[in-house]
Amino acid sequence: MLYALKIAGRYLTASKAQTGLLVMGVAVGVFIFIFMSALIGGLAELILSRTVGDIAHVSIQAEPEDPALLLTGTPLLVQQKSTTAAANLPTATNFVPLIESLPGVRAVSPQISGSGFITHGAQVAQVSINGLMPGRESAITNLDSYVVDGTARLGAGSILIGKRLAEDLNLLLGQSVRLSSTKGIETALTVTGIYQIGAGGLDRRTAYISLGTARTLFAMPQGLTRVEIKLNDLYAADAIAPQITDLTGLTAKSWTVDGAQFLEALSAQAKTGVLLKSFALITIVIGVASALLLSTYRRRPEIGIMRAMGASQRFVVLVFVLQGALIGLMGGLLGAAMGYAALLPFPAGGQFRTGSLPIDIRQGSYGLAIALTLLGAILASIWPARAAAKVDPVEAIGQ
Amino acid sequence: MSALVVVQDLVKTFGAGLTETPVLRGLNLTLQAGELSALLGPSGSGKSTLLTILGTLMQPTSGAHQMLGQDLVRATDSARTAFRNQHIGFVFQFHNLLPDFTALENVIFPAAVRAGRETGVARARGMDLLTRMGLQDRIHFPTAHLSGGQKQRVAVARALMNRPELVLADEPTGNLDRASASQVMQLIAQINKDEGTTFLISTHDEKIAALCARQLVVVDGQVEG
Ligand SMILES: Nc1ncnc2c1ncn2[C@@H]1O[C@H](COP(=O)(O)OP(=O)(O)O)[C@@H](O)[C@H]1O
Ligand SMILES: [Mg+2]
Repeated sequence: MLYALKIAGRYLTASKAQTGLLVMGVAVGVFIFIFMSALIGGLAELILSRTVGDIAHVSIQAEPEDPALLLTGTPLLVQQKSTTAAANLPTATNFVPLIESLPGVRAVSPQISGSGFITHGAQVAQVSINGLMPGRESAITNLDSYVVDGTARLGAGSILIGKRLAEDLNLLLGQSVRLSSTKGIETALTVTGIYQIGAGGLDRRTAYISLGTARTLFAMPQGLTRVEIKLNDLYAADAIAPQITDLTGLTAKSWTVDGAQFLEALSAQAKTGVLLKSFALITIVIGVASALLLSTYRRRPEIGIMRAMGASQRFVVLVFVLQGALIGLMGGLLGAAMGYAALLPFPAGGQFRTGSLPIDIRQGSYGLAIALTLLGAILASIWPARAAAKVDPVEAIGQ
Repeated sequence: MSALVVVQDLVKTFGAGLTETPVLRGLNLTLQAGELSALLGPSGSGKSTLLTILGTLMQPTSGAHQMLGQDLVRATDSARTAFRNQHIGFVFQFHNLLPDFTALENVIFPAAVRAGRETGVARARGMDLLTRMGLQDRIHFPTAHLSGGQKQRVAVARALMNRPELVLADEPTGNLDRASASQVMQLIAQINKDEGTTFLISTHDEKIAALCARQLVVVDGQVEG
């Protein structure tokens, strides 16, 4: 092994330019592999943080109580779910600390939500109202990160509205508005924050108030309409949701129930990544195999000499496989270093600047890239190595 | 003297059908231990074919080939590989040395490939052999920087590395000028005398053959002499 390694190394250093080119070729393949890993990983993270990152991973929602229809036959009234008076989860408040204590749960947000109208001067707009617990405004949707004016902190008498709505109503920070619920209760609030979320509708539609204000507004002295739960690992939602249901007797729903399509898209993207990375690996394997095959042809007389001097076929195989392994190792290390250097300018983990590629340097899969390249190069060298071992010494020496 | 190599009724035929070429036709030969023999014959008579069979690099079509009492016709490829590593040395006309290695590295190759590494003992013997070949100041030269005669002397040193009983040399001087050729032959004769190594040297040069104690001639696929 040691001696075969010496000879393999000597063969590689004997033709430095050729070996250098080959190692460079492998390194480029590894570079592409790493770049794709970082890009696909970063993209998935970006999509997750911009979508699933801002939604509840598990939610407990009261079934809206349809008002009993007194009329039989064709109902005259068509209900819109979001505008119904909020349904109540009378016991939910008690379960909040319990859910919070579950392993894997990062944050719990008790909420009272419903619909209403916001009035500023002569202007009126319909809004969906979301009552959040002060101090937990950013537990689910990271409102703090979206606030463009004022603060996300909610207190008694404060309201956080979207930028579009503010523009529609000519509202400025610090101005006061009147908010009335579908229960017919009205209260005066001060605009303490204005947020802007890229996704269009939300900015115009949703207003956030404190849980206490929502209680008054929806005449709900107890209970909640919804409990939203954020997990450490969003993929644990399917396991934790039934656990919460068992524990509380309330129906807890995992985000995957409605997010199936989204999950599919993510997995399709991951598959594309695997495909692209496989192509990079195949390129490496073909490159190493053809280079080594050429080398076995070029070194036929030497192989003949070695065999005549009593080198076994196994030894010849080892010499060529070790050449492949050395090329794979050097190309892998060089490619990983190149990949790392190229990814350095991109901000780490999640802090993607808009307009730049969502590349995550931590997701370069450097070790995997090196290991797979090494493995690929070894596999690629087996065929040429066996061809070398089968060289007939008499023919090769050509006396 | 005892018989080192015994060959009986050796037949080697290349090709089949229209291209069938019988080269060795029932050849009988015995080499005694310690003999220095020349193998003569015109080009194409089968000298190289006989040497490669004696060197276990090629299997005969039929016949018996024994060395040191071992049946080498029936042996497996790996057994023959190990056998020639330990008991047979080669010197070829062309393609003799590994070009990317130094003189010393070439000389100790047979020992290193056997041990799996280059040992200090092997290195010492390699240097001693190179010194005996008059190459003490070329030990660490890359072989590409050596003259033809120097290369053949390195090849002789390598052939002796594992102290083989038999050294087969296929026209070792065919590529050399007269002075280098006689230098190589004198070294071979010296080793044969000092260590009793058996040599079989193919050549079509009568002057070279005259330096050997025994002259064998390949005629019509048989050996005379
Ligand atoms: N592998 C081979 N296939 C076919 N014919 C061969 C082969 N090797 C040698 N021969 C033929 O065998 C004959 C003897 O060759 P060789 O042993 O090289 O002779 P010499 O070494 O005496 O010049 C030649 O006619 C040659 O063409
Ligand atoms: Mg010949």
